[in-house]
Amino acid sequence: MTLFRIVALAAFVAFTSSAVLAQDVTGAGASFPAPLYSKWADAYNKATGAKINYQSVGSSAGLRQIRGKTVDFGASDIPLTDADLAKDGLMQFPTVMGGVVPVVNLKGIAPGQLRLTGSVLGDIYLGKITKWNDPAIAALNPGVPLPDTAIAVVRRADGSGTTFIFTNYLSKVNADWKAKVGEGAAVNWPTGAGGKGNEGVAAFVQRLPNSVGYVEYSYAKANKMSHALMQNKAGSFVPPDDATFKAAAAGASWDKSFYQVLTDQPGKDAWPITGATFIVMQKSQDKPASATATLKFFDWAFANGDKMATELEYVSLPDAVEDLVRRSWAEVKDAAGKPVAFK
Amino acid sequence: MAATLPAEPFPAKKNMHITASGGGQSPRKRRLPWADAAFSFVAHAAAWLTLALLAAIIASLVIGAWPAIREYGLSFLWRSEWDPVEEKFGGLVMIYGTLMTSFIALVIAVPVSFGIALFLTELSPSWLRRPLGVAVELLAAVPSIVYGMWGLLVFGPILATYVQQPLQNVFTGVPYLGALFSGPPVGIGILSAGIILAIMVIPFIASVMRDVFETTPALLKESAYGLGSTTWEVVWKVVLPYTKSGVIGAIMLGLGRALGETMAVTFVIGNFNQLDSLSLFQAANSITSALANEFAEASPGLHQASLIYLGLVLFFITFVVLALSKLLLSRLKRNEGART
Repeated sequence: MTLFRIVALAAFVAFTSSAVLAQDVTGAGASFPAPLYSKWADAYNKATGAKINYQSVGSSAGLRQIRGKTVDFGASDIPLTDADLAKDGLMQFPTVMGGVVPVVNLKGIAPGQLRLTGSVLGDIYLGKITKWNDPAIAALNPGVPLPDTAIAVVRRADGSGTTFIFTNYLSKVNADWKAKVGEGAAVNWPTGAGGKGNEGVAAFVQRLPNSVGYVEYSYAKANKMSHALMQNKAGSFVPPDDATFKAAAAGASWDKSFYQVLTDQPGKDAWPITGATFIVMQKSQDKPASATATLKFFDWAFANGDKMATELEYVSLPDAVEDLVRRSWAEVKDAAGKPVAFK
Repeated sequence: MAATLPAEPFPAKKNMHITASGGGQSPRKRRLPWADAAFSFVAHAAAWLTLALLAAIIASLVIGAWPAIREYGLSFLWRSEWDPVEEKFGGLVMIYGTLMTSFIALVIAVPVSFGIALFLTELSPSWLRRPLGVAVELLAAVPSIVYGMWGLLVFGPILATYVQQPLQNVFTGVPYLGALFSGPPVGIGILSAGIILAIMVIPFIASVMRDVFETTPALLKESAYGLGSTTWEVVWKVVLPYTKSGVIGAIMLGLGRALGETMAVTFVIGNFNQLDSLSLFQAANSITSALANEFAEASPGLHQASLIYLGLVLFFITFVVLALSKLLLSRLKRNEGART
């Protein structure tokens, strides 16, 4: 009996002390930032011993889990409006950015040679422009040998944050698109073949001659796909890269709200189809220790994770925005209403 | 065709077998009297668990789909609109896609499987029988995503270049037929999905057909051969009538697999919600494909409920297919009785 007590006590002490030393944190949500979160978690684990588990289940499922408090943080590619956040007692902050890139498969046209505007891109996806040598495209591309062939439109079949950013952009710049289709993670596409995931769209575009599709920047780069230059709000044609994504983030008014969709931003270097990905947390924490561990992780990631983000073709937030995010963490409070610590 | 005579008189062999195994053994003492009761309990529990699971699945599907059922009722089945932004949903496009691809799959797979089974049981030289049989069964073990990727990257372009474009060249301008083959020459759509599904269900149908063909008593076949029947006559008039319930079972197994297949269809069907063009080469959508694509990011509410409603519809379609096959079998049995 005494032996049993000793063993039980030892087990209890061991269990609680390990819980204090390394608080395990669980998050779930968007698949777009999943490779980066895993890499950060791995490096963080090596640096501090704390464990972060991230399940890539999709933004919508992640939001469901954070509302149900089954995870410590949720992740979404689509920001929640301030009203939605207030309704569920949640707060959100951005972590990294990515860009959506129109890619084409046109014989004899080099990457970056084709120029498109948002309204022309919208008309292509509406099925109004059906040939590559349509006057609207030719006018933007004097001297480019555009073929007299039908445009094979490729888009995502599954619901995704990439589609949200893309359709949000088209809704901003093409009135017809806004009226007929609108924006969302999944929309009622007027035309085109649907590929599953970024890899599905990339495979379709590479396989189909004369096709156009849209993928995350990292997929365009990894597959060496031929991207198009896009005209931004300031009227200049820009290529997709780190600098133009950062320029898009710089123009947003983060200090007012983190509900920022970075599409069609002002600034002459801004890539027009940029978006951030977000972390969503409960404002009032039943388990402040987990919240502290979560915030510590992101604090560490902001300080040490920029290089890892760049390696994986994500774009880290401007430092000023990261500081704003740190300040916003004061909203996360324990049961007594005291902000949880993250240092 | 010369009939082959049996190499050995097997009735005699059968008798020998019976006498050998029917030897007197002393009755064993029952050692564990509770074992029977325990075994019966476990067997009953397993049977009831199946029923309970079925009921629980139906119940959770109905509960999950309830918002959509309340909103649309049965009109969901013939509404073709699918607009997640405006939150308007109808399942006709997906239901059509599922039924049409499965139908095409069966049209192709049943004759081919019949030929494979026939060859393996009646025509094949004995040295080829085993390797060929194993090869067919191995096809069933290929993961469906591999079929999907193969369909998208290899088969689709071949279909577009060597089938679709020649057909379009021949039939442009011909009423009805021209529309049947219209569409962008990309090699994805209803027909590709149907053909990929056919390739996937052939191993199932063929191996079950072969197994049931083998159950035909050699006595019957040899008698027919002895009366001067050709191989075809033996198969058509002796083997097939003897094994028809097994053959229908094989086809239903294949149909069930075709209706429920997800990954391979998602890759090649094009995932386009439209019914404007019923062309075989036009991209379309199926129930399973829509579920796989949209469920992870469906917003809670009507969108999710409509997807679950689609799942319920698929459940119902499978149930109807099973019920119809049972009905068919009982009809066949009754006719059998009438003839004798």
